[in-house]
Amino acid sequence: MNATYIPLQQPFTRELPSRGRVGMFVLIAAEAAIFTIFVVAYIFYIGKSLTGPTPQDVLTAPIFYSICLLSSSVTIHLAVQALRLGNVSVFSRWWFATITLGAIFLYGTATEWHRLIYRERLTISSNLFGTTYYSLVGLHGFHVVVGLLCLTLVLAFALTGRVKHEHAYRVDVLSLYWHFVDVVWVVVFTVVYIVGR
Amino acid sequence: MSTDSIRWPQTETAAHPLVDKLHEWVTTVDHKRLGILYIIYALVFLLIGGIEATVIRIQLIRPHNDFVSPQVFNRMFTMHGTTMIFFVVMPVLFGFANYLIPLMIGARDMAFPRLNAFSFWMTAFGGLLLYFSLVGANGLYGAGNAPDVGWFAYAPLTSRTFSVGHSTDFWTLALLVSGFGSIGTAVNIIATVLCMRCPGMTLAKMPLFAWLNLVMASLVILAVSPLTAAQLMLLVDRYLGGHFFDTQAGGSAVIWMHFFWVFGHPEVYVLVIPAFAFASEIIPVFSRKAIFGYPVMVAATICIGFIGMSVWAHHMFTVGMSSAANTFFVISTMAIAVPTGIKIFNWLATMWGGKIEFKTPMLFCVAFLFQFLVAGLTGIMLGSAPFNWQLGNSYFVVAHFHYVIVGGILFTIFGAFYYWFPKMSGKMYSETLGKLHFWLFLIGFHLTFDFMHIPGLLGMPRRIYTYEPGRGWDVWNLIVTIGVFFQALGIVVFVANLVWSYFKGETAGSDPWDAWTLEWSTPSPPPAYNFAVIPTIKSRRPLWDLKHPADPDWKYE
Repeated sequence: MNATYIPLQQPFTRELPSRGRVGMFVLIAAEAAIFTIFVVAYIFYIGKSLTGPTPQDVLTAPIFYSICLLSSSVTIHLAVQALRLGNVSVFSRWWFATITLGAIFLYGTATEWHRLIYRERLTISSNLFGTTYYSLVGLHGFHVVVGLLCLTLVLAFALTGRVKHEHAYRVDVLSLYWHFVDVVWVVVFTVVYIVGR
Repeated sequence: MSTDSIRWPQTETAAHPLVDKLHEWVTTVDHKRLGILYIIYALVFLLIGGIEATVIRIQLIRPHNDFVSPQVFNRMFTMHGTTMIFFVVMPVLFGFANYLIPLMIGARDMAFPRLNAFSFWMTAFGGLLLYFSLVGANGLYGAGNAPDVGWFAYAPLTSRTFSVGHSTDFWTLALLVSGFGSIGTAVNIIATVLCMRCPGMTLAKMPLFAWLNLVMASLVILAVSPLTAAQLMLLVDRYLGGHFFDTQAGGSAVIWMHFFWVFGHPEVYVLVIPAFAFASEIIPVFSRKAIFGYPVMVAATICIGFIGMSVWAHHMFTVGMSSAANTFFVISTMAIAVPTGIKIFNWLATMWGGKIEFKTPMLFCVAFLFQFLVAGLTGIMLGSAPFNWQLGNSYFVVAHFHYVIVGGILFTIFGAFYYWFPKMSGKMYSETLGKLHFWLFLIGFHLTFDFMHIPGLLGMPRRIYTYEPGRGWDVWNLIVTIGVFFQALGIVVFVANLVWSYFKGETAGSDPWDAWTLEWSTPSPPPAYNFAVIPTIKSRRPLWDLKHPADPDWKYE
């Protein structure tokens, strides 16, 4: 038996999906499952805390910071578009804007947590609300931090001239993750600041 | 350039010192080497988990036995369950998937080779972390060492109050770390199957092995992630003073059960679907017929995947759920028997009228068919809520799921070992020792797990470290334990066969079974690049087409 396989006369051409995008989508599915469990726990425990403080007393919707995070999806999209067209400097500018918006959002979370911990005396061990709130918002915040680290790395590459037109595909895969982080915030915002109050 | 002019430095590799070879294995990103690492790692843990099972059974051989203390008994069944599920069956299945999928779909490696290595080492360190608890878990508390909360670790047993020391933390972290490895491997398998197929291999022309592993990987994504989330919550509870599962602060112990079994039941299908994949490759080759009903097999597998996500609470009938929830989970559990039944009939129809050769891999697969059917039938019994209220948490349940995992899954894994051993090692195993292993293990299996149903029906609960004489359980427990020694003997023969054949076996050649999938077109063992020329295929059985140019499959598909 011949070890190699004889190719057919006509070369076969077809398009398979790109592995980077598929891999990222599957990772996003796994992350979505993790978030689902935390969201279910949050909803299940709404109103079940035995002691205060309650969400009604202490939570205010961070509308400005949410707008910042959601608009960063637009800026990252514009950045990737620019790189697809080969315009590296425009890409860097939009990319930097994305990082700034993400950082503003994190600052918003930090001030909110600072107020809750020091003024309202709500910690992760205060009551069920504290446990579920800090876990869910913290899990999302952790994903924002990871995303920002990756984005900053790409920015560093861009500023040293290492991001080129041909990297548009890889940057696009990373942008999928960032979009996911934004979409999750829509869910978290709805559950924590609208349904949960 | 002709292939003769390429000189592969085989002799040079042989001259490398041992430390270089070890370095090559530790730093490898080759899917075949990682596959073998997974498999060897799982075999080591199989021996450890097997020893733990033997300790459990020796303790239960007669009433009022004191072979081990109750505390040690608790650790033994916890470690046995955790080890066997997470560090034996999952790694061995990932190992075969890693090794075989690229070869079967005509690719040179997995989609993400470095992620593949990362996943393996995460899994490996997860296992080490679990067993490091024996050294590190008692800490300053002077508490017990190995985890003793059972493999599903129900709250509030896992709270700081009831589980002092660090044993539960080791359990949690081990599962968390190996869970990341599992998710990484699942991402890799899905991307490989969807993006790396050779020209001509449409989804409908993939070997069933690739299809079934695709479904398995999707289930890993949807099932292991909830477990990861639940473990994170448990860590928050134990380290940060959270209240997720703290009933004193309004938390719920039942929600842990839900979170665990949302993972736990799909996990059964994560384990059994690759077992189906082995059977779907081995049975046609040894029946000398193409698989019967290929599209239906694919559809049934996807169907099992979907329904498998919605049956988890049949593990919780005895907790006391609402009758609406009970009804839903009874119906969904019954429904899953339909696609599973379809698969069994398809395998039977593949064998029907075939020229069956009862080589060792086929023997294991035939035993699998029978035993998996019985396991499914007791599953239907337990899936009925009123019956479950009687026998939940009894030895009947233990017998049922061991019938699935040993009688179904482990038997096909042994079949897969014998079937692909010639490909992986280049050597033929000893058929005599293989058959001896089969018969010893078959006898041992049936002695242990057939008779284990009976004390369950007579009311013996699981996880008791000893029992009173005169309840009618004594003789059954004796028989069950005797079976264990037959199984252990079978395992010794199995390992001896692998080791002996690796060093002394006959050369196997590239295609010892006259099989039809692409891995058999490569030399045994395959070179690092798998295929010198990426193959182009036209049917589901490319090697059949090659061997029978006058009557190729693609004319009929």
